[in-house]
Parts: sequence; structure tokens; C-alpha cells
Amino acid sequence: MNEPIRRVSVVVLLLFLTLMASASWVQFASADSLGQDPRNVRTLYRQFGSFRGPIVVDGTSVVRSLPVDDPFNYQRTYTDGALYAPVTGYYSIGPGSSGLERAENELLNGSSDALFWTRLGELVSGTEQQGASVELTLSAPVQQAAFDAMGDRRGAVVALDPRTGAILAMVSTPSYDPTALAVHSSSEANRVYQALLADQTGPLINRAIGGDTYPPGSTFKLVVAAAALHAGYSTDTLIDAPDVLELPGTTATIQNYGGESCGPGEQVTLLDALRVSCNTAFAKLAMDLGWPAIAAEAEAFGWGSDLTIPLDVTKSRLPDTPNQPQIAQSGIGQFDVRATPLQMAMIAAAIGNNGVVMKPYLVDTVRDPDLRVVEQTTPTSLGQALSADDAAALTVMMQAVVNDGTAPAAQIPGISVAGKTGTAETGVDGESPHTWFVAFAPAENPVVAVAVLVENGGDLGSEATGGKVAAPIARAVIEAALAAQGVTG
Amino acid sequence: MATVQEVAVRVGRRSEAALLVIACAIAIGARAFVDANAADGIGRGLAIYAGAVVALAVAAHVLVRLRAPAADPVLLPAAFALTGLGLAMIHRIDLAYADRGRDTHFGTTQAGWAVIGIVGAMLVIGLVRDHRLLRRYTYTAGLLGLVALLLPLVPGIGREVNGARIWITLFGRSLQPSEFAKIAFVVFFAGYLVSNRDTLALAGPKVLGVRLPRPRDLGPIIIVWAAALLVQIAQRDLGASLLFFGLFVAMLYVATQRLSWVLVGVGLFGVGAVAAGTLFPHVASRYDAWLNALDPSVYDSGRSYQLVQGLFGMASGGLFGTGLGSGSPGLVPYAESDFIVASLGEELGLTGLMAILALYLVVVQRAMRAAIGVRDGFGKLIAAGLGFSMALQLFVVVGGVTRVIPLTGLTTPFLAYGGSSMIANWLIIALLMRISDLARSSAAAPSRVAPSTSRPQDLIDDGEEAHA
Repeated sequence: MNEPIRRVSVVVLLLFLTLMASASWVQFASADSLGQDPRNVRTLYRQFGSFRGPIVVDGTSVVRSLPVDDPFNYQRTYTDGALYAPVTGYYSIGPGSSGLERAENELLNGSSDALFWTRLGELVSGTEQQGASVELTLSAPVQQAAFDAMGDRRGAVVALDPRTGAILAMVSTPSYDPTALAVHSSSEANRVYQALLADQTGPLINRAIGGDTYPPGSTFKLVVAAAALHAGYSTDTLIDAPDVLELPGTTATIQNYGGESCGPGEQVTLLDALRVSCNTAFAKLAMDLGWPAIAAEAEAFGWGSDLTIPLDVTKSRLPDTPNQPQIAQSGIGQFDVRATPLQMAMIAAAIGNNGVVMKPYLVDTVRDPDLRVVEQTTPTSLGQALSADDAAALTVMMQAVVNDGTAPAAQIPGISVAGKTGTAETGVDGESPHTWFVAFAPAENPVVAVAVLVENGGDLGSEATGGKVAAPIARAVIEAALAAQGVTG
Repeated sequence: MATVQEVAVRVGRRSEAALLVIACAIAIGARAFVDANAADGIGRGLAIYAGAVVALAVAAHVLVRLRAPAADPVLLPAAFALTGLGLAMIHRIDLAYADRGRDTHFGTTQAGWAVIGIVGAMLVIGLVRDHRLLRRYTYTAGLLGLVALLLPLVPGIGREVNGARIWITLFGRSLQPSEFAKIAFVVFFAGYLVSNRDTLALAGPKVLGVRLPRPRDLGPIIIVWAAALLVQIAQRDLGASLLFFGLFVAMLYVATQRLSWVLVGVGLFGVGAVAAGTLFPHVASRYDAWLNALDPSVYDSGRSYQLVQGLFGMASGGLFGTGLGSGSPGLVPYAESDFIVASLGEELGLTGLMAILALYLVVVQRAMRAAIGVRDGFGKLIAAGLGFSMALQLFVVVGGVTRVIPLTGLTTPFLAYGGSSMIANWLIIALLMRISDLARSSAAAPSRVAPSTSRPQDLIDDGEEAHA
């Protein structure tokens, strides 16, 4: 009987080899695809079950991982969630992640190469992997002021420190509470996400940098004015300012806001043209300067460049080869000119910073769990958009806008504010215009530059102008920034 | 033919002691990792547990030295290590369930069953001095096996769980009689086949080149086997019917050396499997859940949920596992019993699972070696049958969990939660040790069995009670 027993032994061996092969198939060969299966909650547990670093604003953790007694171990918690949501984004087992939660994921979850030595220490000491804390440039009072000033209106506010590019405030309204997406039930998280996605007001969009770009309207006149100064114009140079500008080769015309005249005569100074935001003058000026000069100036301010702060910023757009009527339209920030509020804030900041564009950034310092500095952002220049002299001249013109022009609502007693309004047609019939205000203060030595966009005129509808709707918001933000930095009038 | 003589000269009790030290270290170490990673840390409970493990190991080893001094030194430590790993994992799954709000005490209960199983095995080694005694009870064993199989169908004590009526409730404890029936049938098959193998193999008509046995020779065994199979099909115990079928075919082959019968058996099985898939919806559903496990419609219907969750668990374990106490085995339904292999795969990784499979392979191959070494045909058939049944059972379970074959309910020997399985498998270890003791001591001292060297080997195989 021994021979058949040996044969049975061989069969047994084959059975075991089959099992070993199948175990290898499950645990090795197809482990990745099984791990990526959305029905596999273990991957979520691993991804979400570790201590994730906090996101810190002004020394306070606005996003934290709190220990909880469930399989995930930690609950991501957002303090003032709606206030910071456009920046922090969400971290969800349902729809995934966005904002800094996504952009700085490797630092927050501790897997970044920058944290190699920290991880090595954890490995030796046997402690679990911990993420780094990400400290933001945001100023809590400025962010709060911007958020409060926006109220129920749709739009965005960006405040920069013109000297460094540090982002002091980045608000997008309406917003949402990321805590609702951080629930430990993927079905509930997905339900909340779908509801936010279906919301017509677009709460998930960070209007300051992402998604839609907006026609900048008259705020684009700053770019045209800078190009004019570069071309040899001065603040006092007289330029044509007809009541009605006929566009060459078409029957179309350009008029001023409300059909008004820009001055007593046929001509106004460059300063006055900006002060009263004269459409006909700037449309004509744009045609005179030619599109390449204007496009070059816009690009010097950062238009069309890739930018990550470290969130990805949508590129602001210019028309490629516009004809004369299109150049006229573009000169007043219409036609195919599109900008993000961040881009407009960068323009204000560069003018206030002697013409130097600083790269905007949100993350100031990254610290490992032992509070050692892992990364520290050094302000970097993106180049000289206009000469210091031209910047000074443009500053004078922008002060006139606030003191004696379209934006008296931005005046702050004892502080000289330089600004520019914008009221942009959306190109959709019957839709109220987008209103803009960009500014910096104090004009002589600015510590804050701000851009405000309110979609479709906010609560004023078709009556809205940048001066009426956006300027008061900018003023509130500037006041908060000055107070936060101890600047008084 | 027999090449084991030179190996068997060393009885290996020192090796057994050394291996038992390792087995105890595995059992206690695994439990310590679980406590450290998933519970409140290592405490007094571990010390008590370690004391009990060491005491049992020492007692078992001493008894083996006294009563089965030549027994295979690997069987006891391997079973010990597997039992210890299973206890640690079941304890760990209690903790995982507790995290999910379930209050279970599988670990404590199973530890009790393990003690009973080991003590039972020691009693068998102590009391049954010669396995050949069992041959007297050939037909009794067959009858007992059938009765045990039928018990779950008896109203009052039978119990149905998840569609399979294979449990009975006795004294407040549930038992799975098929685990014991398996041993009884091995004894019956062995006893019957060793008496009738020559007539089975040599007498009878030849059809298409295959010599078929005479009905009167094959009759009793076919009746018992078919009855067992029918009962299991009625109880919807697919895994056990597969196991019994395979066991019968293997033992028939060992007894008669007729490969053609194996082919007939495998062919019959194939026909049966296809027929069952067409006739019975619950079988067809199993096939579907196996072949299309990851298909969303099958998964969402819940039919492949357990299987897929088990695969996810094993996949997340990867090569080296999450570490004992650091995975999420509690996500898989029946992680402590049917899917304990997936739980182990998750926390110990492919490496750990390979090691566990290797342990089983060692046990099974040692059973086969005992079958080759022992001189009586009855012992050969029992050892080979028990060894093969363990291998096939493991194949059915692990193959089901790793998607080689459709998932059927069978317990994983020594590892899975369940008292019947634990006791039955320790009884198997005891029988194997008893047979290996005889095999190795008779090899060392041939006078004990006193065969006449002038007789042909085949007759020696039949033992002293051989039928001509």
C-alpha cells in the first residue's frame, strides 16, 4: 500500500502548492487592485486612521484630528469650517480631498520626504506615524472681516501682504462646512457632497483662485494705465475721452457707465480717466497702445502664468489676437479678458510694492510633530511688472479713485487708500454685472493689498457698481489688516 | 519499497521538547502581540495564559515520553503551534468585535475547548495502547458515523445555522457531529477496506478495460458512503460532502491501487457538481458568488460579501501583514471561524499564511510517513485517511477563502473557533501519534510486530489478520 500512499502524498503536496499560489495571488499579485477597490474600507481605515497634522492659523489649529473611538481612530474636525473651507478644503472618505488637505497631503499625513528623519525616529521609538502641522499665512481677523463683509453675497476676497506675497485672507462665498464631509460614513459623506455639488450657488468652488474666472471690467484699466506709463504717458497726459466711442469697422459703440461724460472737454488726463473710470478713454488708449503692449504688461503681472500657492490657481486669460474693436473692449476688461480675484489682488499688491510682483503663498511654516521647522516659505519675486516710478504714478492715480472718484466708500480716515473699481458685464443678457474693487493701503507704505469680487452685483442687482458693492467690503478688510498689523491713521 | 527504517532509529523526544518550546513561544508570543497592539497592553492575563500553555505542553510531552516514546516528534508541537495561533487570533477577533460594539467571548470558550481537546488527545494516547484495537469496531464506527451525521436532523437537538443543518445542541453547547463522523468513517473505511481489498481489486467483471468489483464486496461501503453523502446534501453541507467524497476515493485508491477508480470517482464528482449546480439554486448561487465575486451586482446582493471582504483583508495584509492586533479582521463576517484564515492572512501577511500552510503540510506529510512506516494495513489506511482528510479539509477551506474553489463551510483544523473541530482534530493527532509510535518503534525494533521476513511485503501490509 506504500506506493499509493506516496502518490497521495504527492497529490497533497499539489493541493498545498495550489493554496500557496492562490494565497500569493490574493495577497501579492492582486493586492494592489483589491486595495484600490472602493468597497475596501480597510484602505480608508489606513488612509484615514492615522494622526493627521493640524492646519494652523495665527497659532490656533483650525483643522485638527481628534481621537475618537471608532475604527478610524481620529476624526478630522474643522473649527470655523465655512470660514476657512476655500483654503483648507475637505478630507473625506467619500469624495476624497480638496484644498490644502489635498495639496499638502503628504506633509499632513507624514509621508512626505521632508519628514524622513521624523519617520525614522518614529520607526526607532515605535510610535505611530504622525503628520506635520501646516501653519498658514492667513490672518484670522482679516479672514473673519472679509467673510463677514461678504455676508450672503456670492464672490471672493483675497488679501495679500504686498511686500511678501503672503496671503492674509482668502474668502469665497457661499462656503460650506468641511466637517459635514469628514463624517466616517462614506454614504453620508457622499450624500452631503452630492447636495453641495448640486447647489446652484457653487459652494465647493474657491472663487478666489479656482473654477470660473471673471471679466475684470474696469479694474483691468490698471493694466492698461501701467502699459501707458511704460509707453511714456504721464498722469497728466491728455487722452481722448469721447462720450461715445465708435469702434472701427463696426456699428458698435462704447459708452461710459450710465452714458455719462468723463469730463468737461473732449480730452481728460490719464489720472482723471482712471479716477472716473472712463470707458471711452481707456478703450481708445488700448487701441492706441496696441494689444502686444497691454498683453505684455498683463503677463508681467502674472497673467497666463502657472501658479500654485500651493493650491492650483486657474490661469487668468487674455484674447490671443484681438482686432481693433476687440482691443477696445479688452481695454476696459471685457471681451475675452478673464481674471481670478487672486490675479487682481496681485496687480494691486505689485503697484503698492514698487512694481515688484511677489509670489502669493498660503503656507508659512511646516513643523514636524516635535515642532521642529521642516519647511519655511521664503518670499520670492515673480519680477518687476512696472518701474518704481510708474508704480508711484499709478498709486497717485489710484488714490484719486478713492479720494475723489468712483470709490469714496473705500475711504478710511487718516489712511490713504489706493484703489480701483470694476463693474463688469457678464456677457449674459439680463444678468447683473460682477462688481470689483482692488486696493492697497496705506498708499505710501502698503501693508495690505486686496481684491474683492461680488458676483452679479450682490444685493444691489443691476444698480450695482464696484464702488457701491465691493469697495465697502475692501475697506472692512483693509481696516482689519491695518488693525492686525498695528497700523493706525 | 520501505525506506523509512534508517530515519526511525532516533525516537526524537528531545527534538519534540525543543519544538514544543518554539510552539509555546509562538502561542504565548502571538497572544502577547495581540494584547500589546489591540488590548490595554500586556497584563496578568497573559501570565496566566502562558502558565497554562507551558503546563499543558510539559504534561503532554511527559505523557508522550511514557506512553508513546517513539511517536513522531513533530506532530504534537505543530498542532500546539497551530492551536496557539488560533487562540491568539480568536482572542484578537473578540477585541475587534468589541471595537464594533459586539460583546463576544469566543477566545475564552475556545481556550476551554483547546484544553479539552489536548487532554482528550492525551487520554487517547494514554488509554489506547494500540490502534489496531479499533479494527474490532469497524462496523460500530460506520454506524456511529451515520448516527452522528443524522443527529442534526433529529427535531429538538438539531439546529440550522445559515442554511446548513449540521449542528446539535447538547447540554447548552452546540456541536458539529460531522467532525467526529469523519474520524468514525475513516476507521470504518480502513477496517472494511483492509479486510476486502483483495476481493475488491481482483474479483469482478471487467468493463471497458476497467475491472469493477463485485457488488457484494463493495456493497456495505457504498451504502454507508452514499448514505453519508445524501445526508450531507440534505443538510446542505457542501464542504463536508466534498470532503467525504474525496476521503472515500483516496482511501479506496490506497487500499486497491486502482487509479482507474479514482478517475471514475473524479468523473462522478464532476457530474455531481454540475448536476447540483443545475438542480439546486443554493449551489448555483455559490458558484455565481465564487466566479463573479467582485461583480457589483453579486456583491451588492450580499452573496459574495463575506468572500470579498476576506479578500480585501488578505490583500491589505500584503506580504508581511498589518501585525497581530493592528488589522481590521472584524470587518469579515465569521472572522473567528470560517474566515480565520483571512484574519490570519491580514495580520500575519502572506509570509505568516505560508508558514501556517507549511505547518499543516508538515502534519499531513508526517501522517503519510507514519502510514508508510507502520506495518499493518489498517494503520496505514487510518493514517493516510486522516492525513488526507486534513489536507483536503484545509484545501476546501483555504481554497474557498482564496477563491480557488467555491466557498463552502468547513472548519480550519486547530485554528477556527469551534469545540467539535478542536476536539476532533486533537483526536486525529493522538491517533497519528499512536500509529507513528508503532511505525517508528517497530522499525527500530522489528520484533515488536514480529513479521516473518520471508513473507511478501503485500501480506505484511495486511497485518497479522490479513484475509487471503
